[in-house]
Amino acid sequence: MKVSDFFRGVTEIDVKGPHVIKSFDIGGITINLTETIVLGWFLIAIIALVLWLMTRNMEKVPTKKRQIVAEWIVSALNDLLDDTMGKSFRWFTPYVATIFIFSLLGSLLSLFGLRPMTADFNVTFCWALMTFVMIQYTKIKTNGFLGYLKGFCAPFPVMLPMNLVSEVSTPISMGFRHFGNVAGGMIISSLIYFALTGISTAIGLSVPVLSIGIPAVLSAYFDLFSGFMQAFIFVMLTMIYIASAAEKD
Amino acid sequence: MELARAIVLAASAIGAGLAMISGVGPGIGEGYAVGKACESIGRQPESSGKVTKTMFIGCAVAESTGIYGFVVALILLFINPFINML
Repeated sequence: MKVSDFFRGVTEIDVKGPHVIKSFDIGGITINLTETIVLGWFLIAIIALVLWLMTRNMEKVPTKKRQIVAEWIVSALNDLLDDTMGKSFRWFTPYVATIFIFSLLGSLLSLFGLRPMTADFNVTFCWALMTFVMIQYTKIKTNGFLGYLKGFCAPFPVMLPMNLVSEVSTPISMGFRHFGNVAGGMIISSLIYFALTGISTAIGLSVPVLSIGIPAVLSAYFDLFSGFMQAFIFVMLTMIYIASAAEKD
Repeated sequence: MELARAIVLAASAIGAGLAMISGVGPGIGEGYAVGKACESIGRQPESSGKVTKTMFIGCAVAESTGIYGFVVALILLFINPFINML
């Protein structure tokens, strides 16, 4: 919802993909600079700045508040990794932390009236593809290339198509799950604004007074809870898939 | 032409509604999962953290079929691939 909608109310529902700000034509391939990319780079800059400020002038025994917070974040994430994957996967923490923070802030963008970054299937599918590549890499690393190929014929060769489908469906389902939840919340909140405007006009109010307060309650679920939950579930699934790929069979 | 357009639009709307029936399955499944989680927390309250975490992951996985239906409904409603085929 835009600021101007606050006074006029939302009178039509218009669900579209992210705005294309500029199109580039490179060698016959059109590359679109969309809202999502701009917001994504904006978030990257903010996250980098905050992390740089938090970890500046670190001391061996922390006395400053920001260093204590930073250490708390790192140790919480390390504990989560130890719980789900085991201590041998400590090197994996930065990837999980990056995806988690990026996804959480990307979903929370909707609190500022911007289009949430994760309501773009390109973003979530890209993350899911990175996870997919890591799963395959881990499988090849644990079993060797021949063992990896043999793994598709387990338990017997007839299962090959099934195994292929289940392998390919992993990134698709992960991407769609995150996208669907955030996009669904976005559409439902726009429907609520539309309905509240309709009710306000029906009872003869020119300014949609009803849309003050009521959407905030639903926004707590659809934006805060759902955004946090989906980020958490995405990284949990990433960790579980990779930990199970590292098991020798 | 107008009639064909109207038929396609109506069929898309009905199809979107039918696609959202897929929400029933995850609803029942997640209900079972949460019920069982509550039971096991009642039996062993000290394991509530682990049970809750596992339950959320299970719910998220069970939810994906509903999400597929939702995505199909979204495509039918807002992108409408069939209207360009006329």
